[in-house]
Formats: sequence, C-alpha cells, structure tokens
Amino acid sequence: MVKTIYQLKKLSVNLFVSKKFYYGGIMNLVKRVISILTVMAVAISFALPAGAKVEGDTIILGAAVSLTGKYSTNGKHTQNGYELAVKTINDAGGVTVGGKQYKFDIIYYDDESDKARAAELAERLINQDGVKYMLGPYSSGLTKAIAPITEKYQIPMVEANGASRSLFTKGYKYLFAVLSAANQYLEVAIDLAAEKAVAAGGKASDVKVAMAFEGDAFSQDVKIGVVEAVERHGMTIVVDDTLPKELDDMASILAKVKATKPDVLAVSGHSKGAMTAIRQISEMKVDVPMLAMTHCDAAKINKNFENNAGEYALCAAQWHKSLTYSDSFFGSAGDYASTFASAYDYDPPYQSAESSAALLVWKDAFERANSFDTEKVRDALAVTEMQTFYGNIKFSDGGQNIAKPMVLFQVQNGQNAVVAPTKWAAADLIWPVPKWSER
Amino acid sequence: MIQALIDGIILGSIFALIAYGMALVWGVMNIINITQGELVILGGYVAFGLYKIGIHPLYGLIASPAVLFVVGWCLYYIVVNRVVEKDLFISILATFGLSIMIQQLMNIFFGADVQVAEASLGTSFLFDYNVTIPNIKIVAFVVSIISAGIIVLFMKLSKMGQAIRATAQNARAAKILGINTNHVYAITFGLNAAICGVAGAIVSMTFTLHPYIGLPYTIRSFMIVIVAGLGNLPAVIVSGVGLGVAEQYADFLFGTIFRLAFVFSLLVVILIWRSFRLSKKREYLK
Repeated sequence: MVKTIYQLKKLSVNLFVSKKFYYGGIMNLVKRVISILTVMAVAISFALPAGAKVEGDTIILGAAVSLTGKYSTNGKHTQNGYELAVKTINDAGGVTVGGKQYKFDIIYYDDESDKARAAELAERLINQDGVKYMLGPYSSGLTKAIAPITEKYQIPMVEANGASRSLFTKGYKYLFAVLSAANQYLEVAIDLAAEKAVAAGGKASDVKVAMAFEGDAFSQDVKIGVVEAVERHGMTIVVDDTLPKELDDMASILAKVKATKPDVLAVSGHSKGAMTAIRQISEMKVDVPMLAMTHCDAAKINKNFENNAGEYALCAAQWHKSLTYSDSFFGSAGDYASTFASAYDYDPPYQSAESSAALLVWKDAFERANSFDTEKVRDALAVTEMQTFYGNIKFSDGGQNIAKPMVLFQVQNGQNAVVAPTKWAAADLIWPVPKWSER
Repeated sequence: MIQALIDGIILGSIFALIAYGMALVWGVMNIINITQGELVILGGYVAFGLYKIGIHPLYGLIASPAVLFVVGWCLYYIVVNRVVEKDLFISILATFGLSIMIQQLMNIFFGADVQVAEASLGTSFLFDYNVTIPNIKIVAFVVSIISAGIIVLFMKLSKMGQAIRATAQNARAAKILGINTNHVYAITFGLNAAICGVAGAIVSMTFTLHPYIGLPYTIRSFMIVIVAGLGNLPAVIVSGVGLGVAEQYADFLFGTIFRLAFVFSLLVVILIWRSFRLSKKREYLK
C-alpha cells in the first residue's frame, strides 16, 4: 500500500515537475494525462464482468425505438406495447427459470428514426450494456439495420415491427418476428376478389387489378405478394404505377384507373399513401368495386375525413381487437384493448399489440429453455408454438411467424369491421363498393 | 389529358406562389431560403389547427399568413439578420439549420402523423364525369392568383414596397437615402413567410401535412426561381405552372417513378439551352 502511494507520488511529481513541462511542453502534459486515463479505462473495463444480462432477479432486455423523428408516433406505440407487457408479466409473477422468479426490465435508447443510429445503439446495447436479449425497433428499415449486428454477436432478437420479406430470406438465425411478413398484407384481398368474382358467376381470371405502391422496401414487398396472387389466379394487371415518395399527389395514377376501370385497386404507401389515396379518390370520384390498402388504421381514415370519404376501404392489418385469440396474461384481444386503453388513454393500434406479444414470446422461451444461455434460449425460441391474444405464433426457419394470417377489415359506418379471414370475421364484406353517385 | 392539364395548372400555381416568395427573399436579401418548404407546412398546420378546433380551414387562408408573418419577422431578428450580409453559403447553412429545427418542433407539437384539413367543398365535373376538379383546387388557384396580385400591387404602390425594391436594387444606396434596411429585410422575410402561409393553408386542404414533407416544396420553388430568374413575376408564374403541367404529363406518360427525374432533366435542358443562347449573344457582342 505504502509502496503504491509512493509510486503515485512519484508519478505525479514526474507529471508536473518534468523538465519538459518547464520548457513549456503543455502538450506533453496532456499526452501523459491521456495515457494515464487510457490505462485506467482499460483496467476498469477488465475489472467489470463482461455480461450484465441478468442482474439479481431481473432479466434485462435491450431495445432501440424511435422516440423522435419521423417514426416517433409508431415508436411510441411500440414502447407502450413493450411496457404494458413487462408490467403485466411482472405483476403475474414474472418468468420462472430454474425454479426462481425473475422480472423483466428493458433498456431503451432513442434511435431518432435513423438507420445508422439504430445500428450504433444496437452495438452499444450489446457491447457496453451487456444486453444478451434484444427486442426489435419500429419499422422494417430499422430492423434491417439492427439484424446484422445481433446476428454478428449471436444475440437473439424477437422483433415485432419489421415485416419486410427480405428480413426472412437472409438466413438469419437469431431473428424472430411475431408479425406476418409484408408480402402477406394484401394477398388475402386479391384472393377475396377472386372468390367474389366466382360467386358473382364470373371467372377469377377476368378480374382486372390496378396497383399503386410506393418505392420503399415495405410497399414493394406488399406488391410482390399482390403480384403472386394475381398470377396464381391468372388475373390481369391494368395499371402498375409507383406512388411518389416525396409529394402527395397521385392524380395522374387515378386518371389512369378511371380510364381502365379495374375491379381491384391496391394501394400501399404508409400513412401518407393511405391519406392521399382516400382524399384524391373521393375528390376525383373514382369508382372501383374493391379498394384494398395498408395503413388505414395508422392513418385513421375512418375518422380523419368528413363525408365518410374512407368508407368501404378494405384494409390489411396485423391484428384487430375484435379477434377471438386469447392467452392467460392479457385474456382475449378485446381484454388487451381495454387494459391498454385504461393505461394509455387510446385504443391499441396493432403496432402496440404485436410489441406486447414479443414479450410473451420471450417469457415462454426462457421458461422452456430453463436457462439464460443465449444459445439455449435461441433454440427454444426457434421451436415456439403458442397462442397469444395477438394470434398464434410459430416461426419458420427464417424467423417469420407462419401461424398467423393477416386480417382484413373494411370501413363500415366509420368503424373498422373485420371481414377476413372469414373464420374470425365479425362482419360481412360489402362488395361491390357503391358508386360515388349513389352514396 | 385535359385532366392532367388542369391538375398541372393548379399544382403549378401553388408552386409559383411559393417560388415567388423565395425569389423575393433571394432578390432582396441575397439569401437562398431553405426553410421555404417548412414554412409552407407550418402554415398548413395553422389551418389544420383551426380545423381541429372547429373553424372552417378556409379561414386559414387569412390566419396562416398572419401567424406566419410574425414567425418570419421573429426568425429574421433571431437568426437571419446575423447572416444577411454574409456569404451566400453561410445563409444556406443557417436556413438549412432553421429548417431542421422547424421540422423537429412541428414533430413535437403536432406529432409525426399524417394530417389533412377537410374543406368539404365537393367536386365539379366536366365532360360527362370524365374530368373532375375538386372545388378546393379551384379555390387554391384563385387564391394563388389573388395573392400574387396583392403582392405586386403592394410592391408597386406602397411606400414599404418601394423601399423593398430600392433595397433590392442597391442596399447601400438605399441606406444612404434613409431607408432602414434592417427593417426592410425583416418585412421582406415576414412577407415571404406570409406567402408560404397562404400556400400552406392551401396544401393542408388539397394535399396532406407531415412535419417532414417540406423539402419537395423547397426544391421545386428553388428550381422555378432558377428557371425564371429573380424579380420577374410573370416568368415565375409561367415556369411554375409549366413545371406543374410538365410533372403531370410526365407522370401520365412515363409513370410516377420518373416524375422527379423528368423534372430535373428538364431543368438541365433549360440551363444548357440558356447558356447556349447567352454564348451566342456574347459572340454577337464581340
């Protein structure tokens, strides 16, 4: 001890009374300080345990979500979903591993809706915070930015808001998504159009389809699904156009739709695309027997327009509160909706529901693995087969949930009424949509 | 085709209005105002705010410019007056910074959701339902023309307008003759913001609002000003409307995906043609 103090003294004397210092070598002093700090930093980093995945009786999960920037609304929905599930699971006794009860806790960072930032934060969660179990961010783009990193460090990630098909074709081993892939969004609508055409005495192959999709990864995946369904039924595509990314104007596309009179108009371009489509279709009085879209619920098209401009639009959703799935934590989908509404004062969008489901998957996997070893937990995740209030969950080899179909709802009297899949449907599809002149 | 023409003219008239504001600031203050698009969206949010509290958004056509004038005035005294006589590059940086700040503030106050204000004015039909014109777009067109007219009259007749024009011609001389140029600049910047406010109110009723959608408006107004030149109102209107129509036709013929590509190729062609003409003129002078 005495020796150490002596050495330190010597060091400090060396530092401040060195000859070079007297000759004005301020830079040398700075260099010395930096080198000492470096040595200290290295010593500290060796002293700390390498992983902080489970502290005491708490299992720590990490998540980068968009709390600011263009995804901030949906980022907040995601975080609320996570938080509600953490609270519900902890209140119900938490997670049992090795006969001991553990609680969930989540470390959040704000990724500012930026891909580079999300990737950086994933590195930080894994390397600095020692997180061993990850939750996904909001949006396909950000999930795509994080997935290579969790894969590199072999950290399992259960994500709830990245639907892009390309996430599941890269052979990722540590990525698990509770939601249906983007190409499934509007496939059901095309099948429904075929069904209706046959029921009306025609042929499925007579159906004409018009498409307007934005150029981003998600919307293009939705388009792949539509095109596959169209080919399967032998239908014809009469309009195939891209929604402008930067200006909300699709008047020229709708002019083409008016001229070609298709049986189905499929539109996907996030909330902005949904709003633009409804506004301009109603302004230009475009008559189509079936209008199939995505993001109607996020854009609240049943509430945001006067004169019911959004009426009869058919919308793809991951989940709806009127479905009859249930589990032992949240109860039915309707129970989840009321719990959520009392906690956050608004109806849960599907982004929150799927985020909550991700926590249920984690709990289930930990208990089946009965271990905190990331490899064992990963293997447990891979063989997940369960029902939650959000739907059935079972992962393909690529990590995609293949047990849950997409939901289609139609705006009827200003309400979102589920019309497909018919097994869980609460309402009948109104088809064909009445003409504008008859409304 | 007539549909595309009409849509284009109406869209172009909104662009022309925004571009005229940009030309004004550029010409008088020698500042390229990158915040233009954000001011438009902010104006839109004012109209949307009125709509939310139950007032018809058409009143936004009066309220937005009033609010935005004050905003522009404040922005001038807080930020822009520090860069107004500096290098063009510095003013671009400063207004770029402002635009990011306004975006983030709008995001905080209004949320990242896409919003619309509904004017519910119905739709007019031509040629047996084949051509449709939403009435709000007609209003937009008329309002754009009227506001342009008001600005021209203001510039020609009022004392302030004359002061603005004098400062644009020669700021130093104007100062010597007793014009408070700082005050003139503030009014000019406020006036531009007010123009953006009118355009924003129109945008909120015809298109959609989103905190991050200002940039397309900035880019287009920049382009129109480049083509039309500074301080040339008829040219701004012609190139604005021309741009709107060209975009609609490009959309219709080549598909929406080539819309921007087409617009920018057009810009390149116009610039090449212009430099070619200028060089010819130079030869002639030699």
